Amino acid sequence: MFIVKHRNVFFTISALATLAAIVSIAVFGLKLGLDFTGGTLIQATYAGGRPAPEALTRSLDAAGFSGYSLREANTEDYILRAGNLTPELRENLPSILSPEGSNPAAIGQLTEVGPTIGLELRNKALIALGLVLLCILLFIAFAFRKVSQPVSSWRYGLIALLTLCFDVIVPVGFFAFLGYAVGIQVDALFVTAVLTILGYSVHDTIVVFDRTRENLRINHDRNRKEPFEEVAGRSLNQTFVRSINTSLTTALVLTVLFVLGPESTKYFALTLLVGIITGTYSSIFLATPLLVAVEKWRKNRKK
Amino acid sequence: MWQKRAIALVILVVGAGIGWYVYSSQVDASRPFKLGLDLSGGTQLVYRAKLDAIKGSDVADSMASLRDTIERRVNLFGVSEPIVQTEHAGTFAGTSEERLLVELPGVTDTQKAIALIGQTPVLEFRMLKEGAETSATASSTVNELFEPAAITGKDLKSAELQFQGGAGQLNEPVVVLHFNAEGARIFAELTKNNVGRTFGMFLDGVAISTPVIREAIPDGTAVISGSFTPAEAKELARNLNYGALPVPIELISTQTVSGTLGEKAVQDGIMAGVWGVGAVILFMLLWYRLPGLLAAVALTLYIVAMLALFQLIPVTLTAAGIAAFILSIGMAVDANVLIFERMKEELRGGKSAADAIRDGFARAWPSIRDSNISSMITAVILFWFGTSLIKGFALVFGLGVLVSMLTAISVSRTFLLALDMQAKGGFTRFLFGSGTSST
Repeated sequence: MFIVKHRNVFFTISALATLAAIVSIAVFGLKLGLDFTGGTLIQATYAGGRPAPEALTRSLDAAGFSGYSLREANTEDYILRAGNLTPELRENLPSILSPEGSNPAAIGQLTEVGPTIGLELRNKALIALGLVLLCILLFIAFAFRKVSQPVSSWRYGLIALLTLCFDVIVPVGFFAFLGYAVGIQVDALFVTAVLTILGYSVHDTIVVFDRTRENLRINHDRNRKEPFEEVAGRSLNQTFVRSINTSLTTALVLTVLFVLGPESTKYFALTLLVGIITGTYSSIFLATPLLVAVEKWRKNRKK
Repeated sequence: MWQKRAIALVILVVGAGIGWYVYSSQVDASRPFKLGLDLSGGTQLVYRAKLDAIKGSDVADSMASLRDTIERRVNLFGVSEPIVQTEHAGTFAGTSEERLLVELPGVTDTQKAIALIGQTPVLEFRMLKEGAETSATASSTVNELFEPAAITGKDLKSAELQFQGGAGQLNEPVVVLHFNAEGARIFAELTKNNVGRTFGMFLDGVAISTPVIREAIPDGTAVISGSFTPAEAKELARNLNYGALPVPIELISTQTVSGTLGEKAVQDGIMAGVWGVGAVILFMLLWYRLPGLLAAVALTLYIVAMLALFQLIPVTLTAAGIAAFILSIGMAVDANVLIFERMKEELRGGKSAADAIRDGFARAWPSIRDSNISSMITAVILFWFGTSLIKGFALVFGLGVLVSMLTAISVSRTFLLALDMQAKGGFTRFLFGSGTSST
């Protein structure tokens, strides 16, 4: 099995991806969205072409907006992000957003989140993340509860957990980059996507490892000698078509959802897509090679 | 064998029946899908109740009465199918908040919606126009029947609950209004000049009491004696004294989505769904051939069953919910992939098609169960902790995991067995084969 044989190539790729993700998070940082910080998001649509940004900026400044960000969206829209609105600002919004009286703005979407709700949501997201991690840890422990030879169960579990970290770091890093490139912000849906990825991709890794353990058991029962490297490679061989195909069907619908789907779930679909591709990659190209490498290293040390 | 085929036929017929039900109920709009505000367009307002002045034991009562008051006001506004509900929010730091959630479908003017909810009740005094009949005091005809009186709610100093023992009736609860000095003067004048006419008192435009003025009232008090229960009279007096609401509220979040934006989201969602299903079915047919066709049938049954559940439960669909449904379509065939791959392995091992089907199902089952468990864990936690947006996703996602497990396993299994593949010939092997050469 070439994946196991050339595992150093894939370790390099994985390490580079992890490094890129970490650098991206460190340099660009994650931009917390409205959901978590509180504030206002307004989508204004101008049916006959939007006004120049300078005109709109002047109008916003004159009305008393400060610390806002204005971004063009689609072909006729502006997205305005600002702090919480005063009642006067809210009331005058349509006229403030229409600096050229002849082409008034239609407010497509107005979302305001108070600071307390933002804080609450942040807490909730952290707790949900913690709980999902805990449950998945228990799930891994349960999946590898049977003692196995020659590699003990907890090593499988630890490596499954490691690949899971990889599955989370890469999409988050990708998102930090997207935040820098196109101004995407991390919202409640992003957290939901990450948690969904955790639940979905942990399983692929477990399946490959289960097959390895099954083949080891069969070899043991039949008194057949086969190097661990080959057993692991053979197991990977037996499972990688199903790993790819299950992810492929999911990736197909997510791609369609990203390209054709509603505006509000576009980046949600993209996060899921990146996460599922990462998860599939890690369960095929990272988990088993890691297992083989750890096993080799342990054996060499014993000698 | 014939038994298996009969079951397969029954499944198909039931599926077609549910499909027809879903389709026809959309066509004649007898049971349309429930759409969330982000798809139908409308405004959601979230308020925090300021409960500082309210005893712990009275909180539930106060919140209920707050909800009723706001609901009355919203109904008065003519919003169709509004949702007004209270919500208890824990913030995990030992503190908790009582909130009021107001959803106004179709209202896309945020400021107007806020003004509607936040206003204090308007107490008005009006005189019945000369010659008009008192019997017709429905709110729609208020302006036709009544003209504003010289006195207004601003002239009110306080209101109190009293029990009045009239002749024949004992201890009827009434609300006594005390006007301020200016009000007392105007009221004395008004009653002196209009003896015999009907005087109306209106709260938020609804007539509460329409007594006939019998004599001049010089002392600046008026009595509202509707057919109150003591509780109603108490509430009215309180409302008049302390303003609109039993509990002061503070706006903490708003969300408004225009109808056009919502409509576009629905169309995009349907488009993505149709193309997504098409892509998945095409892939399954190309890769798995005959079993792929059965997986497509199972997937169709899954979609129909989910749509029917959306209507029957009913599930309020949001953009996140639609995303969850489309995601679940991609995941629903996962079980089929696991089964078919295992089946192919069994075939390569030299088993007959029927044996391969049976063993393939049996061996794939633990894997299918585990993968659904790990997805279910996420769905439950998300539903538990999520905001309404995430709850919408988690509910559809969790439901999808459960239903797809049922359709992918039982339905495809029944169909595969019903086909009764006994032959060991090359053609059967072709039908069950796939893109990978056997190793």
